[in-house]
Amino acid sequence: MLRRVRLALGVLLLATIALFVSGGLSPATAADTTITGTLSTPGGEAVVGVLVTATDADGVLTSGTSDDKGVFVVPLPAGGTYLVEVDITTLPEGITLNNAEDASRSLLVLGGEKRLLIGLSEGGESGISEVESGTSERVIQLFLDGILYGLVIALGAVGMNLVFGTTGLTNFSQGELLSLGAFTALAINTAGVNIIIAAPIAIVFAAFVYGWGQNRILWRPLRRRKTGLIAAMIVSIGLAIFLRYTLVLFFGGAPSSYKQFAGQPGIEIGPFNTTPKALILGLLAVIALTATVTWLQRSRIGKATRAVSDNPALASATGIDVERVISVVWIVGAGLAAFAGIYLGLTQNTVWNMGQRILLVLFAAVILGGLGTIYGAIVGAMVVGIFVQLTTLVIPTEMKTVGALFLMILILMVRPQGLLGRKERVG
Amino acid sequence: MDFVQIFSLTITQAVGVTALIYLFAAIGLNVQFGYTGLLNFGQVAFVAAGAYAVGVIVLTFDLGLWLAVVVGVVVSTLLALLLGIPTLRLRADYLAIVTIAASELLRLLVRSIAFKDVFGGAQGLNGKLGQEFHDLNPLPADFTLPVLTWSRQDLWVVIVGWSLALLFTLLVWGLVRSPWGRVVKGIREDEDAVVSLGKNVFVYKMQALIIGGGIAAFGGILWAVAKQSVQPDTFQPDFTFFVYTILLLGGAARVFGPIAGTIIFWFLLAGFGELLSSLINNGYIEFLTPTDVGSIRFMLMGLGLMLLMIFRPQGIFGDRRELALDAR
Amino acid sequence: MPAKTDHMATGHAAAVEALRDVPQVPGAPKPDPVVIADHVSRQFGGLKAVDVAHVEIQRGAITALIGPNGAGKTTLFNLLTGFDKPDTGTWTFNDKSVAGTAPHRLARMGMVRTFQLTKALSRMSVIDNMLLGAHGQSGERVLNALVPFTWRGQERANRERAMVLLERFNLHEKIDDFAGSLSGGQRKLLEMARALMVGPEIVMLDEPMAGVNPALTQSLLGHIKNIREEGTTVLFVEHDMDMVHDISDWVIVMAQGQVIAEGPPDAVMKNPQVIEAYLGSRHGSALTDDGTSLTADSQGGNA
Ligand SMILES: Nc1ncnc2c1ncn2[C@@H]1O[C@H](COP(=O)(O)OP(=O)(O)O)[C@@H](O)[C@H]1O
Ligand SMILES: [Mg+2]
Repeated sequence: MLRRVRLALGVLLLATIALFVSGGLSPATAADTTITGTLSTPGGEAVVGVLVTATDADGVLTSGTSDDKGVFVVPLPAGGTYLVEVDITTLPEGITLNNAEDASRSLLVLGGEKRLLIGLSEGGESGISEVESGTSERVIQLFLDGILYGLVIALGAVGMNLVFGTTGLTNFSQGELLSLGAFTALAINTAGVNIIIAAPIAIVFAAFVYGWGQNRILWRPLRRRKTGLIAAMIVSIGLAIFLRYTLVLFFGGAPSSYKQFAGQPGIEIGPFNTTPKALILGLLAVIALTATVTWLQRSRIGKATRAVSDNPALASATGIDVERVISVVWIVGAGLAAFAGIYLGLTQNTVWNMGQRILLVLFAAVILGGLGTIYGAIVGAMVVGIFVQLTTLVIPTEMKTVGALFLMILILMVRPQGLLGRKERVG
Repeated sequence: MDFVQIFSLTITQAVGVTALIYLFAAIGLNVQFGYTGLLNFGQVAFVAAGAYAVGVIVLTFDLGLWLAVVVGVVVSTLLALLLGIPTLRLRADYLAIVTIAASELLRLLVRSIAFKDVFGGAQGLNGKLGQEFHDLNPLPADFTLPVLTWSRQDLWVVIVGWSLALLFTLLVWGLVRSPWGRVVKGIREDEDAVVSLGKNVFVYKMQALIIGGGIAAFGGILWAVAKQSVQPDTFQPDFTFFVYTILLLGGAARVFGPIAGTIIFWFLLAGFGELLSSLINNGYIEFLTPTDVGSIRFMLMGLGLMLLMIFRPQGIFGDRRELALDAR
Repeated sequence: MPAKTDHMATGHAAAVEALRDVPQVPGAPKPDPVVIADHVSRQFGGLKAVDVAHVEIQRGAITALIGPNGAGKTTLFNLLTGFDKPDTGTWTFNDKSVAGTAPHRLARMGMVRTFQLTKALSRMSVIDNMLLGAHGQSGERVLNALVPFTWRGQERANRERAMVLLERFNLHEKIDDFAGSLSGGQRKLLEMARALMVGPEIVMLDEPMAGVNPALTQSLLGHIKNIREEGTTVLFVEHDMDMVHDISDWVIVMAQGQVIAEGPPDAVMKNPQVIEAYLGSRHGSALTDDGTSLTADSQGGNA
């Protein structure tokens, strides 16, 4: 048994490594370590005079300003973790950051020239700066943004909840399923395949390798050993840390984007500003989620999944192959999570800790809906997505996760079983 | 390759300042998780509370360090109450999620632009933080150690840090062998059973959270004083998980578990890092660069946590008798 | 309400004597009730797990609470001992209203329960399990904990008391073993001994005989009788009619959340409603309709 688990871990490691070789090892140390990038409007105009700073762990600060071609270079004394900040007050009027997180982020620079992607938009689509339009329009905009965000959360949370429902595992490495999906697509994309083709390949790969494979070589043996739920939870934390830094090792610490659709200009539909890619992805997400729900309602294995979530012992007594159901749940969950990761990669960027950053939001969604309830994840995700976006009306965008976490703590105090959950037995 | 130097660097890290910070967090976590069974995933918040207390009192308000130490303990107690009141009645996994969420929530708050005046935003608080403490340094100005490579200032921190750590270990030892310790161990085993015997479980859990949090806060105070810098992004959830790794390594619910775990953890981690760096720099390993060492160290840490939990949940010194009972 | 009987009289004979004139109907008033519950109900989703109009437990007697699986016995225990909150209802313990009282307070007041799934504190020694039961230990206060001389004496006294109980329950040779290393039956014994360590006025035992081998069952029954002989009230849940018959002074029957019958063991076992309730549950869903009508009947009888 001991040998099997060890072997299993080895295989998982190798599978991951084999996959990422196409992503290329990080470049050897160059003479100078710098953070660099180009700032331009969606229309391609250079954005001049923007201050970018990097602060190291000891508080030593270096900086660079974008030149007439929009290029900035921040020289660094050495590799390490830096706090990289864009001084938003130096942005020209009407120009905002695509992602509020870009204003301040922690960046692992391993050496050499680290390219930093900072997406800018015109007219303040979802950036930090105040949107000039009236409050009611802003509310509509944020509401629709919230729906799109909620869809991403739902894609990521469904698998987490299905796994919890069928096995009881609170999976702290769910976020890494998103990252792995996104980076697998990135690896295929970097090898020259258009992201439209790379994405489905990555999703299928993720479903079977990261989902089915992970369950097969790690979680199933642990269930056989009767590892406790809390122990399993801590194992999932170890796995998350391991996977995260595996991504750093192979892809480096800086964010990157897919080759296509990176700087897509925004469009306006009525009062709503967005990008075509976000709309198409949102539509695909709705289709994927509807398909999942329909599958759970109608198909035999879907019904079996619900039966196992209700009562595993009873389900197994009535002849349902519980292990098979769990395998399917991992496949579906990992596939959806990979989609969520690629979604994030396309609309923002791919970065090694993207999964970690969304994990707590996933928990918030799942807890809101009720841990283990099948539809709870989707309902909870939409609520969290919309709530988080709407809170930016009153709190700074950089703190929007605070709203989600606060909501989650509140729900746990008032109704620990979640909106759709049931109370557990006492005594 | 210079093995003496590798060894010296390794030992220096294994019992050095950073190790001490983790040690304080681990002693506290041992009270909470090891003895009481509280799955506190927000331990880093207590460390941050200690560190920020020093940063804010000394730099923002320009008051004394000793006041800051008192404030640190008070703030960590308040934090324990704030965290504990809503969560201590929850199931173990909910408690875990809420505590990790709360620790992130606090980190996001202190790093936000809105409170930049007080907490220094994303860059945190940097400057002369422990002057009163360093002024007390009795070591002669040109003091150096053989083998170990601490500066005079770090050595002073290390001496005081280890004395305090031993004191806290003694405190924990006293607590867990008393009837109080018996109650909290009972809570770890089965909360309902302890309630049925007439104990107010909530109060005991809260006491454990406060004591454990207070000890961890000293890790934060030490951090601020030794590194003269308090930065929000160093207080990420991973810190807590490394503390768990340390505790599980040395053995949860063992009085000397945190100390053993910390030394072994940092010895292995630093030793591996130094060895690998040196192998790479000397051209023995060509497919890696020196900058990869950091990621590989973290990967091993994650892997180590997994393997420990799977194969030796009772720690590397734990006895089989206990393992056989571990039906969790 | 009938006049209270002499408090001094304890034991089987006294209990039987006291209960002789109690009418054999659900919710019957007792001469000296220690617990009185009214309109206690608890709903789980669509299911009314407990819906007890009125019930009284006689002091100093062994009362058996029986009923098919899912009848709501454990849930009623949870409610009465404060481990679960009812949707409606009030109940008194020693004439004091205790609805909404925290479970640990009820335990301190003298209402102590055990659990259907044994809760031995596995990674603690048998003696530590016992010592946890003792009341008012000053060493359990966090500040005193660090000053051993403030609690050493008390600890010694408690230890002696624990040893006496352990000897009675035949566990005295295991005092330093982990509780988790005991057999299933020994754990049941330990749990019972631990409950007695609290010094209860009423012990509520949830299926104390479940999973205990026949050899131990007899000694367990003996222990339960002893508890009563010492004046402690016992309320216990059991499925096995023979055992109930053997030791109980009074039997309360629950089905589908309600009390459907009460009486001395002999009478209850001949009660057609009781037999039907048991058969109905054994034959599963086919008889659910009958079960429902049975509930309706008994409600009529209650009124
Ligand atoms: N926490 C709970 N959630 C949902 N249903 C419950 C819960 N606790 C008990 N029940 C249901 O209430 C009914 C009574 O259960 P219980 O009191 O355990 O019965 P008994 O102890 O008589 O066998 C059963 O149908 C059981 O399934
Ligand atoms: Mg029961």
